[in-house]
Amino acid sequence: MKLIEAKNVNVFYGDNHVLKDISLTIKENTVTAFIGPSGCGKSTFLRSLNRMNDYIESFRKKGKIFIDGKEIYEKKVRVEELRRKVGMVFQKPNPFPKTIFENVAYGLRIHGVTDKYEINEIVEKSLKQSALWGEVKDKLGKPALSLSGGQQQRLCIARTLAVKPTIILMDEPASALDPISTAKIEELIQELKEKYTIVIVTHNMQQAARVSDRTAFFYMGDLIEYDKTSELFTNPKNKQTENYITGRFG
Amino acid sequence: MNKIKANRLKDSAFRYVGIFCTLFGIVILLIFIGNILFQGLSRIDWDFLTNLPSRRASKAGILTAWTGTAWILGLTALIGIPIGVSAGIYLQEYGKKNRLASIVELNIANLAGVPSIIYGLLGLEIFARVMQLGGSLLAGALTLSLLILPIIIVATREALKAVPRSLREASFGMGATKWQTIWYQVLPAAAGGILTGIILALSRAVGETAPLIVIGALAYVPFVASSPMDEFTVLPIQIFNWVSRPQEEFLVNGAAAIIILLLITFVMNGIAVYLRNRWQKKVSW
Repeated sequence: MKLIEAKNVNVFYGDNHVLKDISLTIKENTVTAFIGPSGCGKSTFLRSLNRMNDYIESFRKKGKIFIDGKEIYEKKVRVEELRRKVGMVFQKPNPFPKTIFENVAYGLRIHGVTDKYEINEIVEKSLKQSALWGEVKDKLGKPALSLSGGQQQRLCIARTLAVKPTIILMDEPASALDPISTAKIEELIQELKEKYTIVIVTHNMQQAARVSDRTAFFYMGDLIEYDKTSELFTNPKNKQTENYITGRFG
Repeated sequence: MNKIKANRLKDSAFRYVGIFCTLFGIVILLIFIGNILFQGLSRIDWDFLTNLPSRRASKAGILTAWTGTAWILGLTALIGIPIGVSAGIYLQEYGKKNRLASIVELNIANLAGVPSIIYGLLGLEIFARVMQLGGSLLAGALTLSLLILPIIIVATREALKAVPRSLREASFGMGATKWQTIWYQVLPAAAGGILTGIILALSRAVGETAPLIVIGALAYVPFVASSPMDEFTVLPIQIFNWVSRPQEEFLVNGAAAIIILLLITFVMNGIAVYLRNRWQKKVSW
């Protein structure tokens, strides 16, 4: 089933044309990687999928993005509901300056869950899903900022999982982490794939090759090539893709 | 090579000039405080704090003055804080960044520099006359609220501006509305800065004299205010009244009252510094 479908998406920041006529579809329960050099538009496209670009004043968009068959930029769409369904994990771990427990519970509270028992249960489940429970179960009341960078990032994933999204967007989730933490995040992505659809932006091509089913290569605002990851990395059809993945530029 | 010697000479010369400039302010302040303490400290006792004003210097106390100051402080806080903080939040988080916004911003910055007596005249016309509040505590508090509004607004905006984008994005990314994000995440993170600004603004209000004299605060009030509509005096006015008298004993009273006023502002500034340090330690990104 096609979960995400972009049709002729163009994005402008002021006069700057940062995404040019992007069309692609993403299937359910897959991991899709966006690769490309800095400034190629991959993060912008990712952020268009849950409308995080809305806060940039010069942002303008043409074209359509459907999630679950619904156009997400339509007027009647509630952006809060969209973002609950399409969760996001950021480049730099950004836990709230509150306790570990409250970080995960926050999403539930803002969406109106008040039952203590239910909140406890979901917090525990989310932390288990993000493979953090074992490390934090005895210190849920401690500040989230006392955790290591890798733990903080898994906490941010747990926080996202708590509100039961269907899609998780990850914007270079491991680029600020050490290799061991990175490996844990990648492992986690593989597990989460069972239940969620994941779109990940990464600078690390090995990472894209390791974790994703399909890969999209962006360059200068164009979607150059989009294919099965195994295909794109072993048998790129486009010269630019080949140059990029073999490290000749970017 | 001789250049090095000359440069080092300049270097140490600036050092001594710097030390002198730093000490200059501190020494003058210490002399002033020492002088006041020497003159007034022995006059401060329980009776001084609990006596009503009197024509006899030895029986005169500052009860009406410090209770008036407390009233004014409380009322000003009650009026000024919600309005100032709300305006700050609106301007920083909701207001569009257009030309009107930059004009408003410029004017707020200007208002912070308007001489306080101008606020007094404004208060006299609007609150004392048009709204017919007369020389009441409420009129005084409203006037001082106007005076400290720009300070609170600017402090609130600065504190909100310092909250990193990543925190807002995290909250928006969870599906929080703008208000939820501000209320649950941004405001708590900015609370230290906002509180510091509020306390500094209030400690300025405590020391203000001119606007209150203009709206008609009295120098001699023989009763303790019991409602916001009562007439009042405050410590700075009481001090001014005493030190402008020829008798030596009243000068001593003035010095004693100055000590109390200084104590109040030092304590308030101390709290502000403490809060700022505590918040800086607690929240680090």
